[in-house]
Amino acid sequence: MLDILLPILLFAALALAVIGAVRRLRLWRQGRPSPVPVMKGLLQVPRRYLVDLHHIVDRDKYISKTHVATAGGFVLAALMAIVVHGFGLDSAILAWVLLAATISMFVGSLFVAKRRSPPPQRLSKGPWMRLPKSLMAFSVGMFMVTLPTAGILPADAGGWLIALVLAAVVTWGLGEMFFGMTWGGPMKHAFAGALHLAWHRRPERFSDRKGGEHRSTGLKALDLEDSSKSLGVEKPTDFTWNQLLGFDACVQCGRCEAMCPAFAAGQPLNPKKLIQDMVIGMAGGTDGNYHGSPYPGKPVGEHGGSPNGPIVPREGRALVDAETLWSCTTCRACVEECPMMIEHVDAIVDMRRFLTLEHGNTPNKGAEVLDNLIATDNPGGFDPDSRLHWAADLNLPLMADKKEADVLLWLGDGVFDMRNQRTLRSLIKVLRAAGVDFAVLGNEERDSGDVARRLGDEATFQALAKRNIRTMSQYRFSRIVTCDPHSFHVLKNEYGELGTSEMPSSYEVYHHSTFINELVKAEQLTFKAWKGGSVTYHDPCYLGRYNGEYEAPRDVLRALGIEVQEMARSGYRSRCCGGGGGAPITDIPGKQRIPDMRMGDVRETGADTVAVGCPQCTAMLEGVVEPRADIKDIAELVADALLADAPAEKGASKGATQTERNVEEVTS
Amino acid sequence: MPPNAEASGAAGLSVAVLVSIGRHPLTARTRRADQDARAVEMALNMKGAAISLVHAGQHDSDHEEAIRGYLGMGIDEVRLLEQGPQSDVVPALTDALRDSSPQMVLTGTRAETGEASGMVPYLLAETLGWPVINGLAAVESVEKGVATVLQALPRGKRRRLRVRLPAIATVDTSAPAARQSAFGPARRGELDVQALASETDESLAQWQIQPARKRPKRLKVIKSSSARDRFKAAAAKSDGGGGQTLSDVTPEQGAEAIFKLLREEGVLR
Repeated sequence: MLDILLPILLFAALALAVIGAVRRLRLWRQGRPSPVPVMKGLLQVPRRYLVDLHHIVDRDKYISKTHVATAGGFVLAALMAIVVHGFGLDSAILAWVLLAATISMFVGSLFVAKRRSPPPQRLSKGPWMRLPKSLMAFSVGMFMVTLPTAGILPADAGGWLIALVLAAVVTWGLGEMFFGMTWGGPMKHAFAGALHLAWHRRPERFSDRKGGEHRSTGLKALDLEDSSKSLGVEKPTDFTWNQLLGFDACVQCGRCEAMCPAFAAGQPLNPKKLIQDMVIGMAGGTDGNYHGSPYPGKPVGEHGGSPNGPIVPREGRALVDAETLWSCTTCRACVEECPMMIEHVDAIVDMRRFLTLEHGNTPNKGAEVLDNLIATDNPGGFDPDSRLHWAADLNLPLMADKKEADVLLWLGDGVFDMRNQRTLRSLIKVLRAAGVDFAVLGNEERDSGDVARRLGDEATFQALAKRNIRTMSQYRFSRIVTCDPHSFHVLKNEYGELGTSEMPSSYEVYHHSTFINELVKAEQLTFKAWKGGSVTYHDPCYLGRYNGEYEAPRDVLRALGIEVQEMARSGYRSRCCGGGGGAPITDIPGKQRIPDMRMGDVRETGADTVAVGCPQCTAMLEGVVEPRADIKDIAELVADALLADAPAEKGASKGATQTERNVEEVTS
Repeated sequence: MPPNAEASGAAGLSVAVLVSIGRHPLTARTRRADQDARAVEMALNMKGAAISLVHAGQHDSDHEEAIRGYLGMGIDEVRLLEQGPQSDVVPALTDALRDSSPQMVLTGTRAETGEASGMVPYLLAETLGWPVINGLAAVESVEKGVATVLQALPRGKRRRLRVRLPAIATVDTSAPAARQSAFGPARRGELDVQALASETDESLAQWQIQPARKRPKRLKVIKSSSARDRFKAAAAKSDGGGGQTLSDVTPEQGAEAIFKLLREEGVLR
């Protein structure tokens, strides 16, 4: 009886799966067009899956091994089942292969079940709880029905009752694995995930055989030329179709949720829920069937949307609340952690673009900061002609005078901040000690546009960027050095798209830690022995995750004789300071502050000093109440450790202290 | 929420807002003028009011960008009465207001560019014969052609006034701040350019205009022992010394008092 039933079941499930796949494809194709190499992408799926995706999954060894056994077993078992049972190929060898595959899948599913008893907070429940059982049903069912084909049992073993039970089990397994894959069951992640890998919006993220860096973190420019189009993403169908496909690939593992600083701080953001909300919007409906952690403080079931309905309405509730989008610090921890390589930050900024450019609804200080950027080229609204006031005594060489230099020192908006001025002074002391030929743009420099872009104001970003590009095109320099990772990232990764053939805008940009590291390696700097206490290092998101620079700052610290006491979350898992993405400007309230949590991480290491490499991190971490570790920029640590400088400079500084003593404040 | 956000009875009210080109105090870049933008904000918060924006001035790219700042607040169209440089905009505005006959005209107290005398609303009121209210803080209600409004007085005081429409009201920084100007609507909004004959301001042409210089301020030496007194002295706003509040006086007595003050100050000789 099973001989007749099995092929019918198999092909019925496959046919339903194909129908579901077409429906799903049509859901994705509601999005805006985005050209992809269709066949080339599909051909690359195995490599992208087995190499790039596996590297990320493998950070959790338990689930990586479990997934290899289960998924590998399933793919093999499914193929063999189609051949053996579907087409009735009576081959004992293939049947034995099928048996081995189902055993592997069964063992894997045992570990899947074990992980879910009880399920950790970050995992979704609901239909996901039945997945291990479905996996077992498929593997056990397939195993049993294959025994006769392999010649272990006679074809008519058992009775019709056992055959009926087996048929039911196999139907369950097939239903979950084939039918559920394209009709929105938990197995959807396999189908959508594979196609997502094929047609990913950032194919640069995937490695190739040649090796090298494969990173793609710069936001994509918005086309501002066409004035009839609405800017940014208002409704789910405003995403590109492959973005929608990416959302659909989410496996709800919650690794993003576990890493998200805003979620941990109790701000109303959960990257996993956000992606699920996009899926809900794409298909239409409410979030009532979502079974993971909610946005902190926002109960599940109150939000819903449709493909052509607004995501964030002007008034009232729809799919997502605006404050959810504004809670993100764009730290990219979720993207780094996502085993499906979904681009959360792109989606958030796309939606922010609509809120800022079309609604004019940037919360809290957002509007003021953007107005300042438009009117004064800096977020604080300071006089742009006072950019160099902090360095009145430093006699900084100006590009306008020199026209060319080896290094263009990009100062950033930290010039207006008294704390950052100390860092800048230290950096200049270091550069001078190493005899670097550098110059600054001075009053010609403008904000890099980072904050404007993260706040969604693409127009202001492009205006600032284009003017900066024009300014820099007048001068000759071989590289840019900056102590601000945000400027570093924008100059390095986001200006390139905005250049023209007359004004190319691809620069060689160095973060000061990388540059100092080169100076140290070239033995242009000599240090005295480190006498301070223990030191930990905080990786800035825009240096580490965005640009992969984890080692240079640590090398510099090592060169100073410092042994870095690493925090539990460091390197690519470094926790954000809370200062990125305009988060301090939009300032969405939570239960605790992100920098306080980060300082808690520092405290656990017992370090007296935390070395940083970013003005934002410095400001955020120094905002934590005492007692806490001291915050020192790498440039400051290096400058303090410099061996006695050239005698000329020493004399000058002596003179300066003398004059200071000659003039005293009259207090009587 | 400011009371004018719920201004009742504003439905069907036609409001004209006169907008000018602003100028950033530090960088002198053109932008929407702050007070005019507040006037637009106030108009936008009158539920159901039909709003029309009018600008009289030149039509060039720099000015257009500033005008688009108002469009970005969610306005579909600005009427641009094209005028030559250095022309007197009052006649053009008078004609335009007479033709469109709005019930209420809102504008900033003074412009950020040009003469910036703050006289435009008064001159318009004089020629049109309409009342003027300065320092409008909120429009509370409009009923049967009479508006109840709050007027801002110095040091946070408010005065409730009833005014028969049509009227002109000026808005200063005590009005609610203007909403953010969004790039998308600003770009899509339309400029209805109307070339009009312009009257050159003869006296303005003869003036010599130069940037204002910041005058040094005399430091006030506070001689007091306690920190509290020094803090109070530093934080206190100057009272302005003289001046008096007149209430329940006849118009003649009031005019007499104003006349006396102008004479004392040397405005009238």
